[in-house]
Amino acid sequence: MTAAAIPGPARRALSRRLAQGRAVPLAVVLAVLLVVWYAAAVWLNAPQAGEQLDRAGTPWTTADLVVRSWAMERPVLPAPHQIGAELYESVLNRPIDSRRSLVYHAQVTLSATLAGFGFGVALGILLAIGIVHLRTLDRSLMPWIIASQTIPILAIAPMVVVVLGNLGFTGLLPKALISGYLSFFPVTIGMVKGLRSPDPLQLDLMRTYSARPMHVFAKLRWPASVGFLFPSLKVAIALALVGAIVAELPTGAQAGLGARLLTGSYYGQTVQIWAALFMASFLAMLAVGAVGLAERALVRFRGGRL
Amino acid sequence: MGRALDSLAAALGLAGLAVASGLVTVARLAAEGPGPSTVVPLLITLIAGGSALVRLSSREGWPSRVATPLLFGLILLWGWEVVVAGFQVPRILLPAPSAIGEALARAWPTLAADFWQTFVRSVIPGYAIGSGAGFLVAVAIDRSPFLQRGLLPLGSMISAMPIVGIAPIMVMWFGFDWQSKAAVVVVMTFFPMLVNTLAGLAAAGAMERDLMRSYAASYLQTLVRLRLPNALPFIFNALKLNSTLALIGAIVAEFFGTPIVGMGFRISTEVARMNVDVVWATIALAALAGSASYGLISLVERGTTFWHPSFRK
Repeated sequence: MTAAAIPGPARRALSRRLAQGRAVPLAVVLAVLLVVWYAAAVWLNAPQAGEQLDRAGTPWTTADLVVRSWAMERPVLPAPHQIGAELYESVLNRPIDSRRSLVYHAQVTLSATLAGFGFGVALGILLAIGIVHLRTLDRSLMPWIIASQTIPILAIAPMVVVVLGNLGFTGLLPKALISGYLSFFPVTIGMVKGLRSPDPLQLDLMRTYSARPMHVFAKLRWPASVGFLFPSLKVAIALALVGAIVAELPTGAQAGLGARLLTGSYYGQTVQIWAALFMASFLAMLAVGAVGLAERALVRFRGGRL
Repeated sequence: MGRALDSLAAALGLAGLAVASGLVTVARLAAEGPGPSTVVPLLITLIAGGSALVRLSSREGWPSRVATPLLFGLILLWGWEVVVAGFQVPRILLPAPSAIGEALARAWPTLAADFWQTFVRSVIPGYAIGSGAGFLVAVAIDRSPFLQRGLLPLGSMISAMPIVGIAPIMVMWFGFDWQSKAAVVVVMTFFPMLVNTLAGLAAAGAMERDLMRSYAASYLQTLVRLRLPNALPFIFNALKLNSTLALIGAIVAEFFGTPIVGMGFRISTEVARMNVDVVWATIALAALAGSASYGLISLVERGTTFWHPSFRK
């Protein structure tokens, strides 16, 4: 089956679909990025690579320099294929329960992320419901919820881990707490906005039906807020992942992607840092994608709209 | 008028009573430890404070809008102080607010220098460059649907990534001083602004666009008169998000190496020296700076997007 076998109009339709879809533009942008990356790797690694070649003593050409700067052991900027090789090595070529397997570290981080996400979403929705319905809470609590996000979480993380460690809680719980703390905020903000999004006209209509607050909530506010909930959930799960990774930095670096980042930076293993970063980004995409799928399923269930 | 004054007087009186009995509780706790003599002022504070909050929050006008969260914050602080003193929580685990205040006053010269290094020299330039660049790139690629379709998924992908992880790399590249911190902040703030501005520019409805076209409005006129104002809520969303991201980014980046000044440096060294009260004082300062910038942005937002349904009464 070649392009010639497709009749003309259908081929045009296919090419138009390709140009209007996301795949082709994304591929082009990624390809440009890749080229820029390789060029930047040469530019950043060339001084070091040149030094190494000089030390070897034999005369060398520009081609040698380029090849060498894409294959450094501790490059300033590793070339993409080096990161790919490291990812392949540590994902597929190691047993999954091994300390050197990225899958093992990713699974440790992901479980803390999901636990924290669940906790944060529940807390966020409850707070938003309280804030929308109780004026006292809105006036007194809302400014403090916003202020709570300005506390740099990494500074709290070591203390949270130490305090909970002293109380006998180690492992998942401290990390999940930090994840939850980070992820409740976007949910609260989005849900407050969403629960308040019904038009004054619609609220007035509910009043003419003499609907109780409970019914206004169930029939009007909650359905209206779902459209705001899902974008918040996407932000929240990404933040929960950041929280879990950041919480792994001070725990003595036993397991998890954060621990992987920290050991990488201790020993100057830039390739390992980048591989862990890519793995974390992959996890983030997976998590956000899962929320997106849930949103799509709900849209379909509700007959095409939120 | 008379009733309004009455309820204001009652609220203020209750708040005053709560503060007075709260002070008595704290003083008795400090003098004789937890016991039956602290229970009565404790209950008075809780009841008087709670009803003062309810009364204050039902009033309109900016004085009660400011006073309500302040009173709530005072009650929170008081509860913290009472719990720490009452249960004799070790200082290492959780210092009392009074101890944190003391540390803030004692270490003020150092903390002020740290604040200058982190906030003024790293956060503000990084925030301005990152948000500005994100906005400009969004407006630029908005004209090319091709680039937009390519960059939008990439941008939202990257803004979901744990970008804090690039901190060690930036410190390797740009050195220990504020430049590497500002670089982390630039990268962290760029993508949220890009994605939000793009979404905002797409927010203007088809009807309004058609109307502009029927006016024969140029691209620039449509942009300035219709699409940018419609994008403002999204842009302010990004600005608010970025104001906290920037502070976190700069402080986290300082954990990976800094000259001997800066809030992240202060936190990591004082944790190691077990001076937990100085750590909390630094965190309080950071929280204060963050809320102040957030509040400033919200004020500007209220002034410029007053027409948005979320601000309508």
